[in-house]
This record gives sequence, C-alpha cells and structure tokens, in this order.
Amino acid sequence: MRHVLIKIGIALGTLGFVLVFNFFLFRVAGDPAKDLLRNPRITPEAREALIEERGLNEGLVTQFRIYLVNTLSGELETSYSTNRPVLTEITEALPNTILLVGTATLLSAFIGSWLGVVAASRRGRASDTGITQGSLILYSMPEFWLGMILIWLLAVTLGLFPTGLKVNPGQEFSSVGYVWNVIQHAALPILTLTLGLLGQYVVIMRSALADVLNEDFVTTARAIGLPNYRVLRDHAVRNALLPVVTLVSLNLGFVVSGAITIEALFSWPGIGQLTVDAINTKDLPMLQGIFLFTSAAVIIANLFADILLTYLDPRVRVS
Amino acid sequence: MSATATPPPQQSTTAILSGSKGLFGRLSTTANRSFKLLVRSKSGLIGLGILSVFTLIAIIGPWIAPQDPNASTSFSDQILAPPSSEYLLGTDDNGRDVLSQLILGTRISMLVGFAAAIVSAVIGSIVGISAGYFGGWTDRILTAIDDWFLVIPFLPLAIVLATLLGDAANSLPLGRVFILILVIGLTGWAGTSRIIRSQVLSLKQRVFVERARALGSTTPWIIRKQILPNVLPLIFANTVLIIAISILTESTLSFLGLGDPSRASWGQMLNAANDSGAMAQGAWWFFVPPGVCIVLVVIAFTMVGYAIEEIVNPKLRERR
Repeated sequence: MRHVLIKIGIALGTLGFVLVFNFFLFRVAGDPAKDLLRNPRITPEAREALIEERGLNEGLVTQFRIYLVNTLSGELETSYSTNRPVLTEITEALPNTILLVGTATLLSAFIGSWLGVVAASRRGRASDTGITQGSLILYSMPEFWLGMILIWLLAVTLGLFPTGLKVNPGQEFSSVGYVWNVIQHAALPILTLTLGLLGQYVVIMRSALADVLNEDFVTTARAIGLPNYRVLRDHAVRNALLPVVTLVSLNLGFVVSGAITIEALFSWPGIGQLTVDAINTKDLPMLQGIFLFTSAAVIIANLFADILLTYLDPRVRVS
Repeated sequence: MSATATPPPQQSTTAILSGSKGLFGRLSTTANRSFKLLVRSKSGLIGLGILSVFTLIAIIGPWIAPQDPNASTSFSDQILAPPSSEYLLGTDDNGRDVLSQLILGTRISMLVGFAAAIVSAVIGSIVGISAGYFGGWTDRILTAIDDWFLVIPFLPLAIVLATLLGDAANSLPLGRVFILILVIGLTGWAGTSRIIRSQVLSLKQRVFVERARALGSTTPWIIRKQILPNVLPLIFANTVLIIAISILTESTLSFLGLGDPSRASWGQMLNAANDSGAMAQGAWWFFVPPGVCIVLVVIAFTMVGYAIEEIVNPKLRERR
C-alpha cells in the first residue's frame, strides 16, 4: 500500500511539473499578447478583454496564478482558429482517437506477442529470422509512410478502402449504414497503426520468453515429458507476459498522442488532426491544451502500469 | 535499456596507464577497435556499407545531382511525370526532378540525424555523469528531470517546441533545419543519461577511482581521465542508435509541416507528396523513394548501433 501511495505522489508531482513547464514554455518562449495581435479572427476589443482576463499585462506571478486556477478548474483557453474552447475541441476529438489507437494497440499487442512466442520457441530457425527481421523493418519505417504505401496500394489501386475521413460526407447519422461506413474508413488507419506498433511487441515478447525458456523450471517441465505447447502455455509464456503487460499499459497512455501522423494522413478527426490544424494555423492555445492533455494521459497510464505491476509481480513490492 | 548492468569495459586498467593520451586519442582508439570488431559481425558490416554509400551521397550530393532540383516547370506533361530517361525517378507536382531532390535531401536528413544525436549525447553525458558521480541531491534532482523527460509524450513536446521556436528560424543559419536539430536534441537525451548514470555509479566504486581520490586527485581530473574514457564506448554505441531515432523524428516533424521547404529533407518530400495528392494519382516515384531511403538508413544505423553495443557489452552477445 505504501508503495502505491508513493507512486501516486510521484505521479502528482510529475503532473505539477507539467503544469509549471507548460506555463513557462508558452509565456517565456512565446509571447501570448503578441500572438493575439497576429490573429486576424480576434477583434481589438476581444483582444483587450483576453489580455485583461489572463492578466497578460500583469507580472508573471499574477499570470501564473490565473493560469493555475483556470487550468485546475478545467477551463483551458480558446482556440485562435475556431474560436471555440480548447477543452471542447479536445473532448470532441478524443473518442475518435481512442477508437483508432485503442483498437490498434490491442490488435498489435495480441498479434505481436503471438509472433514473439513463435519466434522465441523456434530460435535461430527460418521463421524466427523472418519474424525478427520483419519487425526490425516495420520498426524502422515511418508509420505515415507505411500508410501512404497502403493508401496507394489498397485504397487507390485496388479500391478496397476509402482514402480518408471518418464517414462519407452526407452519410446519414445513427443507422447501420453509418456504423458500417465508419468501420470501412477506420480499417486502413487501424491496419497501418497495428503494423507500426507490432514490432516492439514481437521484440519484447521474444526476448522475455527466450530468457524464461532458459530457466530451470522450463527444463523440469520438459523433463517431465510435457508436450511443447503445454510447456509454453502453462509454464513459459505466463512468466514472460509481465513486460508485455507493462508495454500495453504504457502504450495506452500514448493512445492520445500516438496517431498524430496517421490521423493527419487519413484526415481522421481526432487529436492528431487537431494538432496538425493547430500547427498550420499557429494555434498556440490549442497546442498548449493538447500538450497538457497528452502528458496527463501518459502520466496516468504510467501510474496505472506501476500499480498493476505491484499486484502482478510480488518482487516489485519487495524492492 | 539492456545496458543497465554493464560490466565495465575490460580496458579500464589500461585506461589509467595510458592517461597521457588525450580524450580524442581515447575516442579514436575506441572507434578503431570497434571498427575492427564491427567488420567481423555480418549485420554490422552490411549496416556500415549502407551508411558509407549514403554518407558519400550526402557529401558530394550537389555535384552528382543530374538536374537542378529547384528548376520547376509549367509544362503540364512534366508535372508528376513518371520515370523517363530524362528524369530517372520522374518529377514532382512542380515538375522538379525527384532523383535530384532525393540526393540533396540526403544531406539534410543525415545532417539533422547526426547533429541532433550529438546534442543529445552531450546533454545526456553531462547529466548522466553529474548525477552518477556527485550523487546526493544533484542525483535526485537530475534523475527527477530525467524521469520527467522519459515520461512526457515526446512528439507533442517536440511539436510545441518547434512551433514556438519557428519564428526565430529566419535569423538562424540553416533556418528551420537548425530548429529541428535543436528540438530533437533537446527532447531525446533522457535515455542516454540514464544509461551513462548507471555506468558511472558502478565505475565510481572501482578501486582505481577510489585510489585516485585517496591520492588527492581533483574531481575534474578524475572525471576527465578516469570516468569519461570508460563511459565513452557506451556513449558512442548509444549515439549511433540515437541517430536512427533522430532521422525518424526529423521525417515525422517535417511530414507534419515543421520542416524547411527550401531545404528539403526526405520527410519534407513526403510532406509535399502527400499535399499534392501523389497517392491518388498513383505517382509512386514521388513518395516511395524517400521512404525507402529513410528505412535503409534507419535500419543501417540500428544494425551498426547494436553491433557496437555488443562489442561494448559482451554480455549481450549470448542473448541475441
């Protein structure tokens, strides 16, 4: 229990540091008052009001206090380019991103670990070499480039999938046809992301299992005369799963930020698309909100992974 | 990382004896010995071969590019034209020669990879050595900062930094390329410093360091003559691996529109290809070659990095 409390304390500290860093990054490296001036969508009166509201003409300490109170009460700034609250934009985009990256994370974890088991149990043979080299190539590939190739081959040349967007424009909302339409649009980005994430699971599972297979209890299990699949299923894989569990829960934190290039490529209306729009319009409040939000997601996922591990692995509790 | 339990390199005793050799002397001996072992490993040799070709192209690029990569044309039959004898890899959406862009892009992509990795290595080494050697509160604070950088989602951070610093690009040499180097270097050092720190922690306990301290050697002398030479091989191996990651990150940031259109890297070419709808028009010659180059170079650096890591840390050899 004490261990968990310490972890929670560290997570809160890290979050606090993100808050402070976020403030100084945008106030010191950037100049919010000048950025407001550059934005054609904001009238001079509105600009004065915003400067007044955020205390931009006051000292840094006052600005920091206002920022802290606003952020902690869940009130982020307003987007320069859409004039809507940043938090609204993010919460609207979030489900789309979770659908895309969540599905891809789970798929790649299952397929990747399975391939890792295959590779480790046939070490040094052709299937092992093939799987290992294949994952190195996938790992070295920019995800968005893989996506470009898949769009060209599967969507444009073979016409199997749409090339982008979440639904066809004009598709009627809330019908079976709508859901089917979304699935068709999501298939290709999910395939791309799954392939992009696959390599790390293969590598982790393979090396964890290879270590376990050298342990005495595996030799014992073999000596008893258990068939190979039972040695793997009942003895080896169970013990090699820990690093995979850790990787999955860590990756869940990157669910929010993990698909920026893929969403941009497929015009998928999630956090990644928001990010790219914000880059192109120099929408600093939006970027600030996204940075805060994605950091919080990762920190919470880390905490979750730590707590999960203390329950799964008694050794962690002792050390 | 796997190198946390690294046994100290075997030459540590010779390191003190050859104290007269300067830091660069040590570095070149390390590089020399690594090179000899490297060419013995198959994947290391293949990686080294690929890298030599690309490094050569990066250096002599402007002299071997068949066309002026910026010479655009308004003849519509030369827009996104497929490969021909005149344009070996076809043309882009402005009628510019893709092969020449690819050759000149090699220099930018490799430059960003190398320079950003060196920035990371320098920051990572300073932080790692200080944390490991001084211990106490220095260690606690530096490790906390390090942890923070390891946890923070690094792509959003890099995007935010590149956007904020983007305004300053015009007044800098290399423009936005300089910003990319800085941003990738500043966000990528945390893993390196973690590895260096644990190595320094074990070095600090070793007899020859304790003896030097007992004999009254000053801290700067011990760090320069005894700690640094012994962590250099590790820094070297790690930096090679970081180059691969830096090149990937550069391509990602450029693809997202944070690159320099007037100094096109491979990632910048992919950005242009995507914006011009090259996939929908089936203009594969525009977007396939830059990606192939990225994959080749990243794989090559990874293979060389692993090979060097195995030389530095013999324990890894039996595991792979």
